[in-house]
Amino acid sequence: MSDVKKFLYVNRKAPYGTIYALESLEVVLIGAAFEQDVALAFLDDGVFQLTKGQDTGEVGMKNFSPTYKALGDYDVNKIYVEKESLDARGLTLDDLLPLTYEDEDDDWAEKDSIKVVSAAEMAEIMEQSDVILSF
Amino acid sequence: MSQLHTVNKSPLERIALESAIKHAVKGNAILMIEDGVYGAMQGTQKSGMVTDAMGDISFYVMGPDLKARGIDEARIIDGINIIDYNGFVTLVTEHDVTQSWL
Repeated sequence: MSDVKKFLYVNRKAPYGTIYALESLEVVLIGAAFEQDVALAFLDDGVFQLTKGQDTGEVGMKNFSPTYKALGDYDVNKIYVEKESLDARGLTLDDLLPLTYEDEDDDWAEKDSIKVVSAAEMAEIMEQSDVILSF
Repeated sequence: MSQLHTVNKSPLERIALESAIKHAVKGNAILMIEDGVYGAMQGTQKSGMVTDAMGDISFYVMGPDLKARGIDEARIIDGINIIDYNGFVTLVTEHDVTQSWL
């Protein structure tokens, strides 16, 4: 496919308190059908979207966190999480959902989708993107 | 007058919690709900602001909102009371005025 662009979805909001996180996830899944080069960035309160153990039973909202695990099946496997944002919130990689994908170029080996990057690295990822969608 | 202050914004994104703490007086209560529950977590950049205020102000956090966000009760700052919706109603009845920090 020609004209493949690098899309970056920037997620900076916590889940549930506002609709941004869910809307972003839905747009990512729709966009995945267009076979572009897609990456997701999670920084600031956006890192809270990926926490393990979310259970919305008592608040009457849909728990959409399991959907992040399906991203690998849609060839969305570049998920960048900013280290400074995790640190500021007392979180580590272990607190996040284990997101994986199967690498077709490596005999379908299961690999981690999440990469923890510094703010400087995140800036470079943003700089290299053709299209940025902000949530 | 005894006041109950509710905060529903993340302290890492907005200054609602900071402002509520600044304007609460001795004997007041602050209840963290919705995204405000991130203010109850240990080990964040904002935890110290809460622990410093705990001598004069009593803090409460909404348990169902913690669960929704995957925050284990073990990660909550010691001394913050975890309550449910019935507890919210009780808090409202125990205070003369409720003020929402949006």
